[in-house]
Amino acid sequence: MSWIDLGPVTDIPVRGARTLKTALGCVAVFRTAEDEVFALTDRCPHKGGPLSEGIVHGQSVTCPLHNWVFDLNTGVAKGEDATVETFAVRVEAGRVLIDASRLAGRSAA
Amino acid sequence: MTEKLVIIGAGMASGRMIEHLVEAAPDAFDITLFNAEPRGNYNRIMLSPVLAGDKTYREIVTHDEDWYAQHGVTCRFGEPVVAIDRDMKVVEGAHGHVPYDKLVVATGSIPFMIPLPGRDLEGVIAYRDLEDTQRMMSMGAGNRVVVIGGGLLGLEAAAGMAARGVDVTVVHIMGHLMERQLDEAAGYLLKKSLEAKGITVKLQANSKEILGQDGHVRALLLDDGTELPCDLLVMAVGIRPNVALAQEAGLAVGKGIHVDDQMITSDADVMAVGECVEHQGALFGLVAPLYDQAKVAAQTLLGQETAFRQKTLSTKLKVTGCDLFSAGDFADGETREDIVFRDPARGVYKRLVIEDDRLIGAVMYGDTADSNWFFGLIQSGESIDEMRDTLIFGPAFQGGSSVDPLSAVAALPPEAEICGCNGICKSTITEAIEGGAGDLAAVRATTKASASCGTCTGLVEQLLQVTLGDAFRVPAAQPICGCCDLTHEDVRRLIKSQALKSQEAVWQELGWKTRNGCHVCRPAVNFYLLADWPLEYQDDPQSRFVNERKHANIQKDGTFSVVPRMWGGITNPTELRAIADAADKYNVPTVKVTGGQRIDLLGVKGEDLPYIWADLNKAGLVSGHAYSKGLRTVKTCVGTDHCRFGTQDSTGLGIKLEQVLWGSWTPHKVKLAVSGCPRNCAEATCKDVGIICVDSGYQVGVAGAAGMDVKQTERLADVPTEEEAIDLTVAFIQLYRENAKYLDRPYKWVAKVGLDWVKARVVDDLEERARLIAAFELSQSIYRKDPWAEHAKEADRYQTLADLTLEAAE
Repeated sequence: MSWIDLGPVTDIPVRGARTLKTALGCVAVFRTAEDEVFALTDRCPHKGGPLSEGIVHGQSVTCPLHNWVFDLNTGVAKGEDATVETFAVRVEAGRVLIDASRLAGRSAA
Repeated sequence: MTEKLVIIGAGMASGRMIEHLVEAAPDAFDITLFNAEPRGNYNRIMLSPVLAGDKTYREIVTHDEDWYAQHGVTCRFGEPVVAIDRDMKVVEGAHGHVPYDKLVVATGSIPFMIPLPGRDLEGVIAYRDLEDTQRMMSMGAGNRVVVIGGGLLGLEAAAGMAARGVDVTVVHIMGHLMERQLDEAAGYLLKKSLEAKGITVKLQANSKEILGQDGHVRALLLDDGTELPCDLLVMAVGIRPNVALAQEAGLAVGKGIHVDDQMITSDADVMAVGECVEHQGALFGLVAPLYDQAKVAAQTLLGQETAFRQKTLSTKLKVTGCDLFSAGDFADGETREDIVFRDPARGVYKRLVIEDDRLIGAVMYGDTADSNWFFGLIQSGESIDEMRDTLIFGPAFQGGSSVDPLSAVAALPPEAEICGCNGICKSTITEAIEGGAGDLAAVRATTKASASCGTCTGLVEQLLQVTLGDAFRVPAAQPICGCCDLTHEDVRRLIKSQALKSQEAVWQELGWKTRNGCHVCRPAVNFYLLADWPLEYQDDPQSRFVNERKHANIQKDGTFSVVPRMWGGITNPTELRAIADAADKYNVPTVKVTGGQRIDLLGVKGEDLPYIWADLNKAGLVSGHAYSKGLRTVKTCVGTDHCRFGTQDSTGLGIKLEQVLWGSWTPHKVKLAVSGCPRNCAEATCKDVGIICVDSGYQVGVAGAAGMDVKQTERLADVPTEEEAIDLTVAFIQLYRENAKYLDRPYKWVAKVGLDWVKARVVDDLEERARLIAAFELSQSIYRKDPWAEHAKEADRYQTLADLTLEAAE
């Protein structure tokens, strides 16, 4: 694993998200009310809605276009046959780290 | 000993059969369930309400994973069955064999696709499963869809898409719609009301070819040469039993899989239920007989004596605003007599078909309240000779009882069928109620009545009322969402009375079941808090939908639209130049004049928003709040300034109103208009607040609508001065802010509280009016400001957090 420092967790709004540009497309990094962080592909499999613009509640996010609700842990859409990719991300000493080896590895494959 | 039961197909019939089995004998069978679709049993009849947006897929799931797990059903979903080996008694799935003692084939039906040239093009679909429904749900305003087939399914598909703003054309080969269920007159009325919903109906239209472009459907060509352009083509012309697997296994197959009265096929260990079977020459497409078959199949498996009997069927169309019912046989015949009731102006048509003094068929359109009573008469076959004179007027006119719907329900005989889908009669329901089922949910759980298509819900509630009397409370309004047990109204009341001033206070004090709400309740609670406690509570952008958080409207491709405010619809060359410059600078692909008299810049990238706002701000332009549940626009005509008919300065009043009201948040969007004379060029009579200027002053109307519903404003009051017109408007909007349910437009709220209640507070009680105006002003001391100017200062929040493409490329 190679962890990349994305900056302080306070750069992400509480119950909100910011986006990352990656070789795999946009990835949304979420921050919950409890300061947990999650990273998911920023694209709803339904109509391509930007999940980073959705309402974050508990450990879920609701797509802003048609209200599909995704579990931030698994990327699984509740009640739908759909999943978005999740990426390893963690907070250490107030800074957000993402496992970029996987992002890079995937793009090279 | 536990027998091995394998079921092929997880549809409504087999699902119901499993329910019967696990209820009667939970350990009798070791069940394996195959389904080609990658999911379990859902209520297919409810796909039309899902399409129309009245329900979600989640709400129509009958059996979820937990249910299957709880009942020990081994699920092999998404795995097609390759073959059945009857000699070895083994089912061969794509991922492995499963031996059986008993096998139930429930492979359902496949949609019939007319063999037209071009039917393989992308964008040509049937209407059968969730995928088809989702495909139709992806259509919206600006899309064109052609539906081939004017039967039940085709019309529900058409109406569902039309409700989403799609331009829909129905192509039907016969002379009138739903010819199998309706006679010509009812078919005509149905056509008229579908056309009123914006659906184009082409009858006696023969499809010739499906035209494509780059592999995608482009248009349908009729044999008279007409081309109907479309983005999607839906074939809903019928279904046929899916018998391929049974046929290859050597079972006796005609049109469907042959079954006897016990649902047993030509092989004693193989049964079949559902749309794939043929019983005494008949095929089945409606749900009621399928449920009967499911019950019979379960009983047969359990060794009970039973027999499947075909019954008279009734049909109701699940299209909002089209009340339609048909049952029995209504073809013309020499020995048959008709009783017909027509009221074309009200769109009501009823026809009863009588043979030998018995009712054998009924068609009703526009008023189907008595349909159950007629259906009961058809099924019982009793003589109607005595009541023939008044028969068509329904049960209320038999024996002089009143027209009260409750007495009509009370008068139904015990064997009258209430729930057609599940074949549940009145006595079954009343017995369940007497046995302790005290509300709708309990009746559904014990009898299944109203648990399928739901059209009999009202009848079941009336039965509860008749049976329980005062002990039955008509169900309270729904809670906001699954996060809490309270209605919107309760939450509003408690926020005020308990002085709850933060989201945390609401979650804790009002017993929220989730940590911080969800996308349904949190935006509502955020609004209620800021409306009631403008100084104490700080608006939370993270509890707002994307448009209000971003102060721009998200478009389907993820870009945004930017609409600067034009006070009263007035602009000038400087503003127009600034807009033109911004459109150039940010490569805005579309510039559109809106219906609210301003200019929309569509297709702006999210990261450019703060910069385009800063540029517009420099020219004095501010946010038009075109994205908010708040004041949108005040549309005006030119009034006395230029118009020879103008009676007052309507433009000036419009500008003043907009300057007072802008920036305020409301339960839903609010649109105003001021017309300078009763010619009403500003279309004020369909606005949330619409003012018409007359010689003697101002007519203030409220609660109009021109969206999902169209409704004329109701007169709040006539006032002599401009100041009073503004005061009434402000007081009305503040009353709405303080009391309405989130996402109710003013017309919906006024319909609930009544205009008199509003007038008493806004017009008559001057003290209350003054309080409302002061409360609004207090709130505006916080919110009357330009959000664009503030957000333009925080441009970095609109940018990506990091760009990892460089690292990834290494």
